[in-house]
Amino acid sequence: MAPLFQANNLVMQFGGLTAVNKVSMSIEKGEIVGLIGPNGAGKTTVFNIITGVYRPTSGSLIFNGRNITGLRPDQVAKLGIARTFQNIRLFRDLTVQENVEIGYHLRIHSGPWRAVLRTPKYVAEEKMIKERASQLLAQVGLVEYRHEKAGALPYGAQRRLEIARALATNPRLLLLDEPAAGMNPNEGLELMAFLREIRKQFDLTILLIEHDMRVVMGICERIYVLDYGTLIAEGTPEQIQKNPKVIQAYLGVDDSVRD
Amino acid sequence: MKQTTKSLLTLATVILFFTVLYFANKYLDPYKLIILTLCGINVVLGLSMNLINGFTGQFSLGHAGFMAVGAYTAALLTMPPEVKEMNWFAVPMWPPLHDLCWPFFLAVIMGGLVAAFFGFLIGIPVLRLRGDYLAIATLGFAEVIRVVIINVKPLTNGALGLKAIPVVTDVFWAWGAAVLTIFLMIRLINSSYGLALKSINSDEIAAEAMGVNLFYHKMLSFVLSSFLAGVGGALLGGLLGTVDPTMFTFLMTFNILLIVVLGGLGSITGSVIGAVFVTILMEWLRIVESPVDLGFVQIPGIPGMRMVIFSFLLVLVIIFYQQGLLGRRELTWEGIFNLLRQVQERFKKRNKDKSVPSSEVG
Repeated sequence: MAPLFQANNLVMQFGGLTAVNKVSMSIEKGEIVGLIGPNGAGKTTVFNIITGVYRPTSGSLIFNGRNITGLRPDQVAKLGIARTFQNIRLFRDLTVQENVEIGYHLRIHSGPWRAVLRTPKYVAEEKMIKERASQLLAQVGLVEYRHEKAGALPYGAQRRLEIARALATNPRLLLLDEPAAGMNPNEGLELMAFLREIRKQFDLTILLIEHDMRVVMGICERIYVLDYGTLIAEGTPEQIQKNPKVIQAYLGVDDSVRD
Repeated sequence: MKQTTKSLLTLATVILFFTVLYFANKYLDPYKLIILTLCGINVVLGLSMNLINGFTGQFSLGHAGFMAVGAYTAALLTMPPEVKEMNWFAVPMWPPLHDLCWPFFLAVIMGGLVAAFFGFLIGIPVLRLRGDYLAIATLGFAEVIRVVIINVKPLTNGALGLKAIPVVTDVFWAWGAAVLTIFLMIRLINSSYGLALKSINSDEIAAEAMGVNLFYHKMLSFVLSSFLAGVGGALLGGLLGTVDPTMFTFLMTFNILLIVVLGGLGSITGSVIGAVFVTILMEWLRIVESPVDLGFVQIPGIPGMRMVIFSFLLVLVIIFYQQGLLGRRELTWEGIFNLLRQVQERFKKRNKDKSVPSSEVG
């Protein structure tokens, strides 16, 4: 079977700077794949290319058998790729419930006039959205915060809400940009359990960027390592941990080894 | 509180309000009636601007232009042929328009539609911009519309403007349009589309990543806002009986902006309160512009004094109520009843406080 997602020779140049250089990846359905690398390696740029924020200078993206290179972010989301952000980007002054409802907006078929006139078709759609949003919030354990403003939630709950909001768009591939950032070891463990759980419940494939190595090694089945915009390694967590190139990229060259 | 109770309360308020308007229309003097009518028109205009600026977060300053389009369209459609002959004495009028004489209602709708069409055309390039750039571009386009109006004489009579437009707008037209606009806004803002607009206001990048088509939703908001501005302009023309290009300078836009900022960006009820407040104050403050005789000394009237006071007021609002009077909140039935309950409890407490010492004494 063809992989769910494929990136072929992605190149992204900003002026003279090549942020991503000939990156190719392939993700099978149901996998949890990690994308790691030192700061400034181009990980988030790869995410931005996949989700349509940037149009790659060259290379192509195939998702679910379809070429999605150059599509707008909202089109990509509609096709089933959702994401979270490194620095949480919730709709802070909207309630938790509203944040999730926006994720369902793209599935609304009634036009704005039907919404204003509240035709039966629209009312039915709205009812479905509200029910599904409540259901989703219950599933991710945020139902108690429903009517709170998203900006007022504790940090961990905000991270969780951002994932819930992404899940509302009904994705097949979920991109998580440092989901464990700012979490203590215990919260990191909870997050891992949470991700495994939603993969099962929502039939997801997950690609995540993460610096917390315990999380990466604990949950990812396969890992890609990026350094200076180039893929330097790919493999299982065990292979990556032993790969000299990776160690070099993270820790620098040990002089005693070199001599 | 139940939804049906709230709907009934709202319906009762609307009926009561129109009954009051009926008596006002009968017994108030014409000057006060015009102010009351202006209030209604300004409610439409304020909500129109709040939709794009407050709810969608796109800083647009093109309202005067869209109002001009609406006002001219409606005026051209409602003026009878003999009035048109009287107006176009300098240059001949564009012939196809000569015999048009539509009923006012259709002319107002058409005014809105033509303004919406202009909004659509201008929106295509302009809505790709953000923040200050968008503000400047829309301001520029509004001015372009005005300059075009001055120069396309066969269609608009140029700088001379249009006179003797049939005066049809009264309190019922203005407030009828206002109530319809409020209804439309409440329905839109509370729908899934309203949520999408608010999400764009909150964080464009996240909204787009959640599948909100930015261009489509911004355009929806902009076109609807232009439509309402056109309707407001058409009603204004039908109230004053004249329109000319000098009415629609950027000052007109800033008056509406004042309403929206005072009332609260992103609050429907805030805009309504702001519109009524600013319109009445604008007239009432004419006192400060008239000469004052203190007996021993005479202060001559200073034109423009009103605006000084308004500027001062705006400074105060910005210092003490950064979000405007209501901010993003709405005046709801629950809110009103909660307030009443609190007042009631405070009264009870005070009565108790009074009664306690007397019983101790006894």
